[in-house]
Amino acid sequence: MSIWSYANPRKFLDTTAPWVPWLMWLSAAVLAVGLVWGFFFTPEAERFGSSVKIIYLHVPSALMAINAWLMMLVASLIWLIRRHHVSALAARAAAPVGMVMTLIALITGAIWGQPMWGTWWAWDPRLTSFLILFLFYLGYIALWTAIPDPDSAADLTSVLCLVGSVFAILSRYAVNFWNQGLHQGASLSLDKQENVADVFWVPLLVCMAGFVLLFLALVLLRTGTEIRARRIAALRARARRVEPVRA
Amino acid sequence: MRALLARDLRLAVRAGGGFGLGLAFFLIVVVLVPFGVGPETAILARIAPGILWVAALLAALLSLDRIFALDHEDGSLPLLATAPLPLEMLALAKALAHWITTGLPLVVAAPLLGVLLHLPGEAMPWLLVSLAIGTPALSLIGTFGAALTVGLRRGGLLLSLIVLPLYVPILIFGAEAARRGAEGLPAATPLMLLAGIGLGCAALLPFATAAALRVTLR
Repeated sequence: MSIWSYANPRKFLDTTAPWVPWLMWLSAAVLAVGLVWGFFFTPEAERFGSSVKIIYLHVPSALMAINAWLMMLVASLIWLIRRHHVSALAARAAAPVGMVMTLIALITGAIWGQPMWGTWWAWDPRLTSFLILFLFYLGYIALWTAIPDPDSAADLTSVLCLVGSVFAILSRYAVNFWNQGLHQGASLSLDKQENVADVFWVPLLVCMAGFVLLFLALVLLRTGTEIRARRIAALRARARRVEPVRA
Repeated sequence: MRALLARDLRLAVRAGGGFGLGLAFFLIVVVLVPFGVGPETAILARIAPGILWVAALLAALLSLDRIFALDHEDGSLPLLATAPLPLEMLALAKALAHWITTGLPLVVAAPLLGVLLHLPGEAMPWLLVSLAIGTPALSLIGTFGAALTVGLRRGGLLLSLIVLPLYVPILIFGAEAARRGAEGLPAATPLMLLAGIGLGCAALLPFATAAALRVTLR
């Protein structure tokens, strides 16, 4: 059985709908463990004080902000190549979630930056790239809502997502060129852990897992909603077409 | 393609079609800035390259929704699409026409407005070159945005929301080249990057524009 069988909306709904509440609870539990662990059972880092604890919200949301766009890119490609409606709707469903994640990363970053750098905002490459990413999300969502025909909307937003991805990467490097920043380099990677001590690393991993689960749950839920909304629209359209015949 | 280009140019010049509009907007923005930040020569000279770039970008944005909207309204867009000319070339011709009617006048007018903002003389050539290299890319990206939003109500506002984030890299490299020129630093690197982006846009974006147009015309 191939993964493409889930491109059938009926099958997709039947399979994923029962998962959604479980994923919700699971992500709530994992997030609770990770956040409580991170907030109350880790030592305060030297130089950072207790302000370091916002890392348990900041890093996972930033991670999901980028991954949500990646997921939209993959979903858009699948829609353009294989024309599966579920894929287009999943891309649509992921966009607001990704936008909120970007916003959380920006806001927690500002709250963290205030005591650390003495400023809420700096035109630092990383901060600026995230602000630009936020604008990309805004444009993408606005285009979805502006086009009445769902298939055209899916096509046009997919093209925008592809072009936008290229320009987002361009902007990332252009911004690097433009200003050297305050933000520390990547402190997390799979192959080297020496940047962050294990005491912080493990609860942070738990929080990241919680955010991934939360993202999955929200996207599945919203995709299901989009499929049902599309179905209702189709039923309404059919009813409207039938009525004149009856009269 | 040449016929199409000539037609678009004639339409833009004759029908009161916003030919001078972008230029006038450029002028007004540049005149407004000193009122906003104060008339000190030092400050104005320092921010002049950035102001001129941002103003040029906004002026180019102003006329974008006209690229396809008029053809869409009077029904000539489907006709153009059925012509033997591929849609990709149509997109390129439209972008070129937009650049000739909007971008080129901006490039020519920029030094004059630079004088108003006390732009240092040695920055002038760099500003000119960076605008000349950067504005075609603005037109190409704008044509793509116009193709995405053609036929939509409130398309103009949406168009700016979509297109402006895409302008970020061009603005950064363009303004950086002009700024480095003003400070007497070597400006070749941002210019080369700007040219790279421009050529990449010219090579790839017409395909995206044509794809968007095909969806709209379906």
